[in-house]
Amino acid sequence: MKRRSLLAGAAALAAASPRISLAAAGKTRVVFWHAMNGALGAELNKLIARFNASQATAEVVPVFKGGYPETLTAAIAAWRAHQAPHIAQIFDVGTGSMVAAGPAVTDVWKLVKDTGVAIDAKNYIPSVRGYYTLADGRMASMPFNSSTVVMWYNKDAFEKAGLDPAKPPATWPEVVKAAEVLKSKNAAKYACTTSWPAWVHFEQFSAVQNVPFASEADGFKGLGAKLEINAPAFVSNLQRLLDMSKAGTFKYAGRDNTPDPIFYSGQAAITFNSSGILGDLKKSAKFKWGNAFLPYDPAVIKTPLNSIIGGASLWAMTAPHRTPAEYKAVAEFFAFLGQPAQDAEWSRTTGYVPVTFGGYNLLKSQNYYTQNPGTELPIQQLTRGHVTENSKGIRLGQMPQIRVIIEEEWEKALQGQQNAKQALDVAVQRGNTVLRQFERAVKG
Amino acid sequence: MRARTDWTAHLVLGLGVVLFALPVWLVFAGATQSAGAINRGDLSLIPNLGGLSEFWRVLTIGTGKDGAEPVWHMLMISAGMALAIAVGKIVISVLSAYAVVFFRFPFRRIAFWTIFITLMLPVEVRIIPTYAVMADFGLINTFTGLTMPLIASATATLLFRQVFVAIPDALVEAARMDGAGPLRFLWDIVLPVSGANVAALFVILFVYGWNQYLWPLLVATTPRLDTIVIGIVQLISAGDVMTPWNEMMAMAVLAVIPPVIVVVAMQHWFVKGLTEGEK
Amino acid sequence: MERRTIFPGRLLPILLVLPQLALTIVFFLFPAGEAMWSSLTQVDAFGLHTQFVGLGNFAGLFSDPRYLHTIWRTAVFCASVTVLSLAVALALAVFADREIRGRGWYRTMLIWPYAVAPAVSAVLWVFLMNPQVGLFGRWLNGTALHWDYAINGGQAMLLVIIAAAWKQVSYNFIFFLAGLQSIPRTVVEAARMDGAKGWRRFRTITLPLLMPTTFFLIIVDLVYAAFDTFATIMALTQGGPGKATETLVVKVYRDGVINLDLGGSSAQSVVLMVAIITLTALQFRFLGQRRVD
Repeated sequence: MKRRSLLAGAAALAAASPRISLAAAGKTRVVFWHAMNGALGAELNKLIARFNASQATAEVVPVFKGGYPETLTAAIAAWRAHQAPHIAQIFDVGTGSMVAAGPAVTDVWKLVKDTGVAIDAKNYIPSVRGYYTLADGRMASMPFNSSTVVMWYNKDAFEKAGLDPAKPPATWPEVVKAAEVLKSKNAAKYACTTSWPAWVHFEQFSAVQNVPFASEADGFKGLGAKLEINAPAFVSNLQRLLDMSKAGTFKYAGRDNTPDPIFYSGQAAITFNSSGILGDLKKSAKFKWGNAFLPYDPAVIKTPLNSIIGGASLWAMTAPHRTPAEYKAVAEFFAFLGQPAQDAEWSRTTGYVPVTFGGYNLLKSQNYYTQNPGTELPIQQLTRGHVTENSKGIRLGQMPQIRVIIEEEWEKALQGQQNAKQALDVAVQRGNTVLRQFERAVKG
Repeated sequence: MRARTDWTAHLVLGLGVVLFALPVWLVFAGATQSAGAINRGDLSLIPNLGGLSEFWRVLTIGTGKDGAEPVWHMLMISAGMALAIAVGKIVISVLSAYAVVFFRFPFRRIAFWTIFITLMLPVEVRIIPTYAVMADFGLINTFTGLTMPLIASATATLLFRQVFVAIPDALVEAARMDGAGPLRFLWDIVLPVSGANVAALFVILFVYGWNQYLWPLLVATTPRLDTIVIGIVQLISAGDVMTPWNEMMAMAVLAVIPPVIVVVAMQHWFVKGLTEGEK
Repeated sequence: MERRTIFPGRLLPILLVLPQLALTIVFFLFPAGEAMWSSLTQVDAFGLHTQFVGLGNFAGLFSDPRYLHTIWRTAVFCASVTVLSLAVALALAVFADREIRGRGWYRTMLIWPYAVAPAVSAVLWVFLMNPQVGLFGRWLNGTALHWDYAINGGQAMLLVIIAAAWKQVSYNFIFFLAGLQSIPRTVVEAARMDGAKGWRRFRTITLPLLMPTTFFLIIVDLVYAAFDTFATIMALTQGGPGKATETLVVKVYRDGVINLDLGGSSAQSVVLMVAIITLTALQFRFLGQRRVD
């Protein structure tokens, strides 16, 4: 039939075009799809080169796949076409989908069991690995590039307002007061703003104050989780931010990292953003800056707990005819990442937090933190207190949609269409609909 | 009669040029400035002459360090892809339109409508099943896989159909009396008459193929097949690290040059081609 | 709409049409069929559990008042983008059609923005219009307008309409120019000699003769606004604030690619597809009519 021969011809043509070079003779090839662009990608390549040089049986081949959503789509499409990579870097909010992926992935604990490679969960900092574990603590994916939220502030603006730049506000009431002072002294165009609104003021807020974001231990225990973000702690926090907006001391400037330039340009005195922007600040900011712990609400908790991480983790994917040697190579790569020297180097060069105690201690002993102010704060915040059900992380399907729902309702409240309680009630109702649908789809 | 200077026209057109050229000028200027400055909003309309070397650097080395190919390689992949798509689409559309217009055969109407409805579901939506089909044929990460799914669409077929329908009956009669078969007629008469339309379509289809992003991203599993648009979008960071604005803008400028050359070169035939189709 | 003079034979035409038909079946019909089947199911991202739900997804869509608002919003967006880009393009084309010096240069400068990649032009708009750091947006923020599209839904909609229309003006400009150039000069001269002034001439002669082009462009622009604008909207407002700029295609992308709800986004795609089929059927009918004169 004409079609067959046409396509067969095309296939033959394709076969004739030069293909990816096979790994060096005898080495097991491991394909690693990642989303690290620019300088991060350069560091990742160095890390992978170090692994490849450290042993003679496996070779990891990195492939840059675009942003996190594209990498996830590509991994899914590839798996469905029986062409999944060995390792895929999936962002934190995709964890719910990956844990529900069943045969498509091999959990870390299973890799350890099957291949005998030693990866001990206890070496990993609990709040860092917690996001990517099962309810019973077994590791599902390998934490890789993680950061957390901190408060960033403009020390020059603080000085101008007569505030002590060495003593940033520690609680939310103090933030409100400081913002009022900043505004009255005209120390900055906007006293306070934030990036990643839902991540900071709901997900992180719930961890630090030890209030549940959702039932079933934030979704870890089961798919039947329901959102609990309309609890009084969240309502009063959102109302506080709305009141600050009305008073002109808080500026809502958009979702995700859209508001970043406002702080870099010096227009905002206080912001909340990932700990990873340190490198950016060094290159962009023309003022003295500092960071501090995420503020807490003393009416809700007296000693705040750890914050949770954001970023991505590495998942081992399956494919038909994938050999035990390949899985072993994946496990060995994962183990390599957890070696103190490698973990420390990755953290040092990229600004992500170390994922193991070994790495953290090594950096401490190298005086890295004393020589680089502001770099230890995120990890101190992550190791603060003890990890509870509410500060392990969030395991909900369609998390991106839930974030968007929260932000949409917040924006509607800003436009005066509803107050904090109404906004969060609607958000819970809409979010639960999404969760139930995810539950139905996954259970089949 | 000597025409007076038409000030209104110059004003309106000048304003139009400002509105449309200004944003792109910004990209050119930004490519020469520092990423940190741009990140905090200090983007100036005036290029920094010292930063002009950015274009050459990006062209030859690329953003290089993260395993991406240098820009000239990506430009070549994009050019190859856009050319293959434009040529492929024109060829099969000419054949299909010719068949549908100049013959009667069973299921002719159904064939035409089947082809026609491809306008109605863009690649983004059918992307996962299409990927599975490509994988089944072993075409992932190949140049063929990059171009084939984008060739199947109907704009060109429609346009050629209109052109072919309008060809005067006299020409066909003359060809038949000369004893020329349908293929001779296609080659000797129909194609030359449609030359202008072919040029016009070439421009549109080239730009279409050039600006594709999502499909090439999925199909190219190694950087060897990255197109220039992929290269640009990949630089735009989602927040973990600062977007290297100057590199991205330099790439964007380089990326726009080849299609602009095509648009400008074809402009003469382009406008003429559509005119002919109008009659 | 047929030819009278044709060639005999059946095998040859079938062979000629086969390549495109084959590509269409393999790369369009088959995946589209899968998408349509998907719309009748609830399925997880990896395709491990598929549950047939019949028209459940569609029922869910149409019973959600937010979705109905999104449909309305999309209609408003598409209509606005179309009208704006047509009007601007027509004005520019009329002036570029005149016998003035440098018109070749003007035409080139107005055609080439068509080649700018959508992702790039989206980023450019941010650099121009962001209320805090945009070159132009900064200034606007300080005026009585209080330009801030992160909070003001109306401004956000205005911005995405302008950004989307901007991209399409070049395309419309080219077709209008061609249309204007195909109007015989004799007709225009005759009208001028009859004493009809510029605007009257435009209204009574030029515009009617341009109707076929205009109608064709209306359809093309509507399809562009409905499908090809999501990159622009995502880069500028991500569909916010609230849902002020969430159009149907933004929702399809978000649900399908980011949230991996394949059943729901397939259902939405089917809805979009039906709408576009209707519009393109109109286009086809139009193209057919043009031949009659």
